[in-house]
Amino acid sequence: MERLHWVWHRCLQLISTDRRRGWYSPPSSLPPKSSLDAQDPLVQRLSEKRRVVVSRCGPHHAEYHSFSKGFQDNSIRTTKYTLLTFIPMNLFQQFHRAANLYFLFLVLLNWVPVVEAFQKEITMIPLAVVLTVIAFKDAMEDYRRYHYDKRINNILTHVYSRKHQRYVERRWAEVCVGDLVRLCCNEIIPADMVLLHSSDSNGVCHIETANLDGETNLKQRQVVRDLPQQGSEFIPENYSSRIECENPNNDLRRFRGFMEHPGKARIGLHSENLLLRSCTVRNTETVIGIVVYAGHETKAMQNNSGPRYKRSKLERRLNMDVLWSVALLLLMCFVAAVGHGVWLNGLQNTIFMIPDDTHPALAAFYMFWTMIIVLQVLIPISLYVSIEIVKLGQVYFIQNDLDLYNPVLDTGVQCRALNITEDLGQIQYLFSDKTGTLTENRMLFRRCTVAGTEYPHHENAISLEQYEAQGCGDADHSLTLRSRASRKSLSCKSLSCNRSSVSLNTLTAESDTHSVHDTLRRHTPGAFSSTMECAVVPDPQLQVKLSSLSSPMCSSLRQETAEISHILDFFLALTVCNTVVVSSPTQPRHVVQMPVVRTPLRSLEEMKAMFQKLSLPRFPHSPNQNTDTPASLTKKLFSRGRSASYFPNSNPQTPIKTPQSPTTPSGTPSSTPSIPVTPALFSSGAWGEDVEDKQQAKDNSADESESDDEDEAEELLYEAESPDEAALVQAAKAYGCTLLGRSPEQVLVAVPGTGPLSIPLLHVLPFHSARKRMSVVVRHPLTGEVVVYTKGADNVIMELAEEGEDGFAREVMERTQKHLDQYAREGLRTLCVAKKVLEEQEYKAWLKRHEYAETSIENREELLLESAERLETNLTLLGATGIVDRLQEEVPETIEALQEAKIKVWVLTGDKQETAINIAFACKLLRPTDHILMANCDSKEACEAQFHELQHEIRHVTKGGASEDDCSSDCVLVIDGRTLDFALQKELQGPFLELACCCRSVICCRSTPLQKSQVVRLVRDELKVMTLAIGDGANDVSMIQMADVGIGISGQEGMQAVMSSDFAISRFKFLRKLILVHGHWCYTRLANMVLYFFYKNVMYVNLLFWYQFFCGFSGSTMTNSWVLIFFNLLFTSVPPLIYGVLDKDVSAKTLLELPDLYKSGQNSQAYLPSTFWLTILDAFYQSLVCFFIPYFAYAGSDIGVFSFGSPINASALFIILLHQVIESRTVTWIHATLLLFSVLFYYAFVLLFSITCVTCNSPTNPYGIETKMMSESLYYLVCGLTTVLALLPRILFRAFCNTVCPSDLVRAQKMERLSAQDYSSSLRQWRESTAAQRHVPQNLSVNADMPYLTDCIAEQGAVLS
Amino acid sequence: MKNEGETTEQPDNTAFTQQRLPAWQPILSAGIVIPGFLLIGLAFIGIGVGLFLTSQTITVLEMDYTGVEKDKPCFGCTIPNIQNCTCEVQFSLSTLFKGPVFFYYGLSNYFQNFRKYGVSKDYYQLTGDTQYFTNPQDSCSPFAYDSKKNPIVPCGAIANSMFNDTFELYQLINGTKKQVPLDGKGISWWTDYNIKYRNPSPVNGSFANAFSGTRNPINWPKPVYELDLTDQNNNGFLNQDFLVWMRRAALPDFRKLYRRITQGDYAEGLPAGNYSLTVHYNYPVLTFDGRKKVVFSNVSWMGGKNDFLGIAYLVVGSLCVVMSVVMLIVYAKFKFSDDDDV
Repeated sequence: MERLHWVWHRCLQLISTDRRRGWYSPPSSLPPKSSLDAQDPLVQRLSEKRRVVVSRCGPHHAEYHSFSKGFQDNSIRTTKYTLLTFIPMNLFQQFHRAANLYFLFLVLLNWVPVVEAFQKEITMIPLAVVLTVIAFKDAMEDYRRYHYDKRINNILTHVYSRKHQRYVERRWAEVCVGDLVRLCCNEIIPADMVLLHSSDSNGVCHIETANLDGETNLKQRQVVRDLPQQGSEFIPENYSSRIECENPNNDLRRFRGFMEHPGKARIGLHSENLLLRSCTVRNTETVIGIVVYAGHETKAMQNNSGPRYKRSKLERRLNMDVLWSVALLLLMCFVAAVGHGVWLNGLQNTIFMIPDDTHPALAAFYMFWTMIIVLQVLIPISLYVSIEIVKLGQVYFIQNDLDLYNPVLDTGVQCRALNITEDLGQIQYLFSDKTGTLTENRMLFRRCTVAGTEYPHHENAISLEQYEAQGCGDADHSLTLRSRASRKSLSCKSLSCNRSSVSLNTLTAESDTHSVHDTLRRHTPGAFSSTMECAVVPDPQLQVKLSSLSSPMCSSLRQETAEISHILDFFLALTVCNTVVVSSPTQPRHVVQMPVVRTPLRSLEEMKAMFQKLSLPRFPHSPNQNTDTPASLTKKLFSRGRSASYFPNSNPQTPIKTPQSPTTPSGTPSSTPSIPVTPALFSSGAWGEDVEDKQQAKDNSADESESDDEDEAEELLYEAESPDEAALVQAAKAYGCTLLGRSPEQVLVAVPGTGPLSIPLLHVLPFHSARKRMSVVVRHPLTGEVVVYTKGADNVIMELAEEGEDGFAREVMERTQKHLDQYAREGLRTLCVAKKVLEEQEYKAWLKRHEYAETSIENREELLLESAERLETNLTLLGATGIVDRLQEEVPETIEALQEAKIKVWVLTGDKQETAINIAFACKLLRPTDHILMANCDSKEACEAQFHELQHEIRHVTKGGASEDDCSSDCVLVIDGRTLDFALQKELQGPFLELACCCRSVICCRSTPLQKSQVVRLVRDELKVMTLAIGDGANDVSMIQMADVGIGISGQEGMQAVMSSDFAISRFKFLRKLILVHGHWCYTRLANMVLYFFYKNVMYVNLLFWYQFFCGFSGSTMTNSWVLIFFNLLFTSVPPLIYGVLDKDVSAKTLLELPDLYKSGQNSQAYLPSTFWLTILDAFYQSLVCFFIPYFAYAGSDIGVFSFGSPINASALFIILLHQVIESRTVTWIHATLLLFSVLFYYAFVLLFSITCVTCNSPTNPYGIETKMMSESLYYLVCGLTTVLALLPRILFRAFCNTVCPSDLVRAQKMERLSAQDYSSSLRQWRESTAAQRHVPQNLSVNADMPYLTDCIAEQGAVLS
Repeated sequence: MKNEGETTEQPDNTAFTQQRLPAWQPILSAGIVIPGFLLIGLAFIGIGVGLFLTSQTITVLEMDYTGVEKDKPCFGCTIPNIQNCTCEVQFSLSTLFKGPVFFYYGLSNYFQNFRKYGVSKDYYQLTGDTQYFTNPQDSCSPFAYDSKKNPIVPCGAIANSMFNDTFELYQLINGTKKQVPLDGKGISWWTDYNIKYRNPSPVNGSFANAFSGTRNPINWPKPVYELDLTDQNNNGFLNQDFLVWMRRAALPDFRKLYRRITQGDYAEGLPAGNYSLTVHYNYPVLTFDGRKKVVFSNVSWMGGKNDFLGIAYLVVGSLCVVMSVVMLIVYAKFKFSDDDDV
């Protein structure tokens, strides 16, 4: 299917004129190289599934060459051509375009003597001009790419040299597969490398992938496990392992392979071991890696696909009409051929005949081809080139719109697809993601439920509101920093695409000027992202319960202890079960060092005892390693540990109150019994070894006291892949469960009542969209058991949670479910947290299979998924969290405007139904008066029945089927994921769509990415409507790609959405202007221009056709062939371009004020089939006038052939240009200048030709003709009459239409001419009238049995208003 | 434009980039169209009246002398293979035919604009380039060489088919024939005569020698250098009749200037009376159903007689006026609704 799609895509491109722009993909970009490779027998290695990499410097260096032949080196060449190959290659590329082939065909046709119409060189002009222009453009692009490549290839890096026995500087281009490369902090990775050594003691290295996917958060990479030289200094000579890995592919998140040590031990390699090209090393002083993929084989380069290519609706329509033009051309040629045959047949032996033996029928056949050459201009081939140029202009203006510019993020709108600007003006269905699109995707912890008890966090709510009221100055700041970074990577991104694009480059040349490198150098440590700006105010009740944990005399009630252990587990899960990276701003990008300490606090023992009591049956052994190894504690950690025990709830970031203010009623530790934990206790136990440290610590703690603690606490910054993770960690921190550090093997956590605990991290089962959850397997710090903590979507977790034999668990689940529903109603995002305690044997059994899954190369993903699913069963529900995600600014207004524009807005979200509905209300997608139709069912049959029922309900609501297709219906369908699955099945698609059509909006909850794209596809294909999908995350990618127009929001969730989108904006609100204004403009402009082009060509070519009736259909022209060729190419080509770029029917302000103006584009009003034929008809009329007025004026006179053409050409020029003035809605000085220029150019050309061209252009020598004709008054009389008569009908038609039945657009135009005061009053009137109209069906629903009456009244209303 | 150190992506706030250029918005509504049409209509009617009246002052006399019908004087010459046939066409003028009178010959159904005919000439020959005399261009084919492979000068179908009827005009005064002097100078375009066409330089003082080794076009009775032996300036390629013929007519029914009557007693025009036109009938047109005619005409500032243009102007002008009235009615009817929403 994919393949087929691709082939189709290719075909489309082949047909399209933009062939040269769209296609650059790395394999095809390396023609010389890959062709060389293909001949190389060793290359077969490439076609095998794996590649073997050995070190170039290690003991294997002898074999090295046999292994690494066929691997590419690291030099990149993104240029398409070399100096030598440019001309042949470029021509070859260009002749892949149908348009050029057509030209070539004409040229060749003209070389056939029997059909030759013009001189050979003249027919070549259009082709030569087009080829030259495009070749020049291509050459410029390629030259720029060449410079870019050169710069990249010449970056220096350190590669180990066997000769010098040390790392030497080498250019990127010279790095080979198997090289050992050493990189320092903030250096860019030159090729895909397997990480062998890191200066970090844990064998961890951090990279920033902003260049690759725009995500600015750090990713951890890990040294290959069990390397013989782990930890010690890495000696390149001693490295002798062999790497076997899969062949280069473009999957950034996958790397499969294994490393075989000399002892034949195999270790699996993951994407965590791979450093990707063009990422940046952060936080790690030095890393050493071995290159496995270089140059074009790196994942970064393989991902560098060209810009997107889509075919807009208008273009599809246009191609249709081009075919009509072809039909017209063939018809005309046929008429001429027949005419010529008949004419020849009637002539025998005439004096003016050239005697030859050709049979009239054969002559007619030749004539057919001659006429194709003569009338070639009828096919508006220049149209394709013009459209491309016009779209570039439109894109330029969209990108330059200040209103779409976000000063906070310093980004404007990004047009990634260049050829569907006009589709923006025809959108009928809009599919929106919720999170990050409608909302900020800045998650703030709001409330939680633990063990069945709800903690409402009232104070937190207040603080959130206050924060919001403050205007989020702080947030903006951090956002600026963050996004600045991502913006840069964005521009890099566009740049990397530019390399393959052609047309885009002319616009985004600026972004080309700073390379990836420059960008990174500018990446200051200040550009650090803090995900959370809002701290959580703890709930007092929960606080008390939690602090009772650390109290020595904990309650002995089993129920209560169970609850408390639940609470602790809950917070532990929040703290541990995530991928959050801890860093501190003072040491930017450096992870807080992992202490090697265990924390022997007194209360710990008590807590352990408590936990043991709880889990008596399975308490096999005391995990000695946890407590038995006392080690030194640095001063920092010492104080931090203290802070944790002192202020379990300390939260210095809280804006309204600080822990230092004991006056605040709640949250202060005054009631907690943990106060007695004094520094004194430290000396009691394990600290003896490091007396000095301890002493110092004591002193310091005395001096620095709280202020130090505060600083310390503040320094922790969390960076998470998804914002809700960070929010949860922040929340846990507020309760004293602070995540202090993280390494692949362990997590350092401060738990209230204890110091920093090191929790061994056994496994992380990362989040997967199919599982909708993530888990960590840890050894519990207190009980020593193997515990699985799972965090995920509530429905998934609730399903996996076991009921439990005791009533407690069931009760917890029931109550939690209740709370979850309540959260969802409030519009909170919910997550459930669960745990599972594993028996040792159980764990071992699972571990065995899991390890197998981890090391397998094939199907690893599936196996891992399966392995994870095996583990995540029979969970014990701990609780759930509610996270608030605020709406973006101006979202309700935007949605309202879009709905007024008759765009159906569907929301597709993975969230719960209640959450979705709540958000829908908040963003005015739902109105309080709306009927919400819920579709939740468990089976297909039930689903079908429900659809019918709902349909019935709609009819009931709207009282009759009159307004079924009306957007103004007040029904909103809410459908959940499971029901959607049924609805998407073939049999139910019909009823579902029927139902959806009756609703103003549809909200799909709990939908998977696949479902999102299926919904879009269903609507797009079945309803034949224009769809737009907007989203910000990876889960929206498929939907964005499926829709006719995909819009990505460059937000918090990385760049995948943006990378796959056609347009990228930074806020949802920009959609309003993008669609309503730019979409409308682009559509109207382009549609008008396309029509104008058709008109122009038909009009001009018909002049030649009419002449055939008077020259025996002999293919003779009354126009000099130069003028003939240049007429379309030069004299009348520029004004339409300006018209297509600059024409503005209604001002942006009015378009925004009156969204219903948008529907003209939805209905394709500017370019309907009827409009096309009317235009053609008008062109025929005008050409008739333009030919026959001169004909009658000169009939019977001694007018010469080319003299006859002179007034015809001149009037055609005037008619064509003035026609455009009539059609234009705006005439600026640019228009005027260019129109004037066109006229002057024409006259300058023909006069110069007529004056200077004595010998040129035989036999149609133009010498003296124009000057003679222009010296006669008849010339002017003819031109004047012709021009006026030709334009008369169109002027009349326009005037009548504008007066008698002005379209909305015309009314809006008229409105704009009013004074400011009248303008606003009429604007108000208009809005009222449309609002009234919208309610007409309701008010008149009594007339439902006479629906036409309703329509009449509505229409009347429209006319009268 | 972007500065080096500046990282901002903020678009420029100019009227151009923000699409706020001041513009004239032509909305074609009744308000503009009514006065516009009225003005254009009135102007056109004015021009039309002027043109029509001017056209009326122009006299045109056309006479078909093909001789298809048996009672026509030239019928005798239509018999095939007749040589040096002469016929006389009589006509009379009741009033003075105001001068200067232009004397045209006309052909009908004659396709000088036939594409292959149009390219059938060698421009380089006609500029006097003797290289091409012996070696005419292919475009002349099949009129480049005669059957004996002698190059033809001037080659090609156009030259070959040159009109070769000649006329003499006599005024019949009391039974005697008084020849009307016909002026053959300056009937071709100035640029053709002075710049475009060139005779070859005489070889050894003889103009005819320049054409040695070539032969005349097949249909021509005499070589090109003998077209006008009386006036060397009207000989060869610069022969005015030749030049006129070589400028191909745009339409199949055309006339070409033959002579002007500007001299002697007839400078003021042809006085009323009887005239006799002697036609040396050579040119065959009946094979393609063509017609030959002679046309006498005088001219005005607008060229020859042209009733069509005047009438067309009048019609279009009145159409405009009518339309403006219609628009006015429509406007009056819809004015209120127009005001309503504006």
